[in-house]
Amino acid sequence: MRVIAAMSGGVDSAVAAARAVDAGHDVTGVHLALSRNPKSYRSGARGCCSIEDAGDARRAADVLGIPFYIWDMSDEFADEVVDDFVAEYTAGRTPNPCLRCNEKIKFAAVLDRALALGFDGVVTGHYAQLRRAEDDTVEMHRAVDHGKDQSYVLGVLTQDQLAHSLFPLGDSDKTDVRAEAERRGLQVAHKPDSHDICFVADGDNAGWLREKLGPKPGTIVDEEGATLREHDGAYAFTIGQRRGLHLGVPADDGKPRFVLDIEPTSGTVTVGPREHLRVDALAGVKPLWAGRVPNGRLDCTVQLRAHGDEHAGFVDVGDGEIHVELRDPAYGIAPGQACVIYDGTRVVGSATIAETRRAAVPSTAARGPAPPPE
Amino acid sequence: MNDFRHTVYLDHAATTPMVPEAIAVMTEELARTGNASSLHGSGRTARRTVEEARELIAERLGGRPSEVVFCSGGTEANNLAIKGLFWARRESDPRRDRIVFSAVEHHALLDPVTWLATHEGARVDTTPVNREGRIVVDALRAAVESDPDSVAAVTTMWANNEMGTVQPIADVVAIAREHGIPVHSDAVQAAGYLPLDFGASGLDAMTVTAHKLGGPVGIGALVIARELQPTPLLHGGGQERDLRSGTIGVPLIAAFAKAVEVSVDRQAETAGRIEALRARMVEGIRRVVPDAIVNGDPEPGPEHRLPNIVHVTFPGCEGDAMLMLLDAQGIECSTGSACDAGVPQPSHVLLAMGYDDAAARGSLRFSLGHTSTEADVDALIAALPAVHERALAATQVRSTFGGTVRSAS
Repeated sequence: MRVIAAMSGGVDSAVAAARAVDAGHDVTGVHLALSRNPKSYRSGARGCCSIEDAGDARRAADVLGIPFYIWDMSDEFADEVVDDFVAEYTAGRTPNPCLRCNEKIKFAAVLDRALALGFDGVVTGHYAQLRRAEDDTVEMHRAVDHGKDQSYVLGVLTQDQLAHSLFPLGDSDKTDVRAEAERRGLQVAHKPDSHDICFVADGDNAGWLREKLGPKPGTIVDEEGATLREHDGAYAFTIGQRRGLHLGVPADDGKPRFVLDIEPTSGTVTVGPREHLRVDALAGVKPLWAGRVPNGRLDCTVQLRAHGDEHAGFVDVGDGEIHVELRDPAYGIAPGQACVIYDGTRVVGSATIAETRRAAVPSTAARGPAPPPE
Repeated sequence: MNDFRHTVYLDHAATTPMVPEAIAVMTEELARTGNASSLHGSGRTARRTVEEARELIAERLGGRPSEVVFCSGGTEANNLAIKGLFWARRESDPRRDRIVFSAVEHHALLDPVTWLATHEGARVDTTPVNREGRIVVDALRAAVESDPDSVAAVTTMWANNEMGTVQPIADVVAIAREHGIPVHSDAVQAAGYLPLDFGASGLDAMTVTAHKLGGPVGIGALVIARELQPTPLLHGGGQERDLRSGTIGVPLIAAFAKAVEVSVDRQAETAGRIEALRARMVEGIRRVVPDAIVNGDPEPGPEHRLPNIVHVTFPGCEGDAMLMLLDAQGIECSTGSACDAGVPQPSHVLLAMGYDDAAARGSLRFSLGHTSTEADVDALIAALPAVHERALAATQVRSTFGGTVRSAS
């Protein structure tokens, strides 16, 4: 196959490209320029998108002996990922921009362009496994290295996208990938993993949003509505957050308090005890399916945040929405995050969490938003 | 896909192969030892080589030997000229804080001028260009004459590196000379392709570089009138008229001189041959992609444009997609736009000429040189239809994506 290898400048995508070359594919390396001003994005070892990363990707391509280009996807990235990130926070939700980037950029804009240019697909360094099923559809499964598994952030991919993707690292441990990079003479073998959000240069999401949106004063209140303090932007908070609340006075019971709810219009942030973060049901919108669209009730597991636990539950598939009943409650589930549905190790599909229902807690009446009844 | 027999190199304006004569001279000199500033026999031999090279270059470019200041290349020569003249002229008269230059200068001049504006308080007058990329002389005249005493220097390139358009140097010189203002010209692209005569041009300073005319990369010269003493960029041993310090690169200079000699002596013949190849290429491009637009001045001749550059806009296409597809077949060209940290930016030259962002992104520069053949041109024309079709499809995918319309209609 003639394939594009998306090369971030990190060790994973370099080894993925190398394995694609070994497998006999005709590989062209492409680094995605995602920032209109590369100097503004994170530099050095902490993430992707910097000038240095482009240089690292180029050197890896040199070592592999493949052609290398930079594709300017900065307009698409700004429109689809950065603007969406801001809009989601403005609406009081907690977006996952990596997932969004996979859905709209890497496996959409890049893949579409590659196909139009005569390529057959895209290779990336994501940790997930693709398997061809008996009915010839392509299934995505969790990676062998559960610590590195990225099937959650790929849960938005549809069958058509999966059929044009290659994830050569899905069957490997990260430590083996680093060792292989070293063996292959790739300079990025010891480059630290990237974390956080690539376009937030210093990792300070709240500060970045404050700069973008300006101060939006509001109050932090307890569940009785008593004001605990003022804040200068609800976007600095996320459901389930405990640190950085700066409440001064402890709760009456002395227990730590967590963000339970964010009301974007008034900017009111409600805090309360951890047990009030317990969620036993949720509603999701914009479902995307990795294979055939399921119908009826699925007995499955769901993952509700990156690197989060799996929860057993039932998923009812509706028209453009899903409803999930969890058999064991989850804590601190933020609207805007993805609910990725698994059947064993296989990704079934995903939806964006729109609402959650607080689990009944002894001695406290259930409150908060609940999914609409079936 | 990769079964091409040889590379079809159509990027001579980026750099052109060394002529064999220059390689021979350089190889010979590399085997010799001697610092041209040393007083012993080896030093004298090295010095003689350098001075003979200087005389040869001066003679072929219409200057005097003392006017040839060797440096590392076009970027350094341009920096020395514009920063050096700005500093020196302002020092002698603090009113002189203005630079008059053109909207289509190479980054090697645009960036030092911008730096002078942001760091040294220079006021900059940018002369606009017409649709062919030629400066509007009346605008330059108005800028100079609005307050001639405040102009530190005027600079206008001889021929544009993206478009090939030749600038009216004689008009610029006439305007500046009335007021005693020094004029510099970046002649990097013109040297070897057009007849250059520094003395006859009336210029006060002119940039040339070896690797665009068949010499090695890493050596160039600022040809600058003896009475001008720009402030140096590099201080040290004072080699090169106290304008440029650094141990003199004898092999580079010898090869540079040989390349100047060869390219100037063959200039008329080369220009005629390349002009014919250019005509063949333009005809071929128009035949296989009828809506392609060939930019710049259509008139041939040393007053109009370089003989070797074909700059084409392919409406609705992205230049970098076409470049990649051609590259996959061993056909090498340029998008003609600068890369800012690896991200292709729309060319400031095309934007200055009045093209929109999409047209600027949808352009390619093919540049011919002394090794170009009809077979090169024919290979491009043979590959172009399929490449164009694919690039068009890729751009359409992109322009409809997410509702973001970027391509030209």
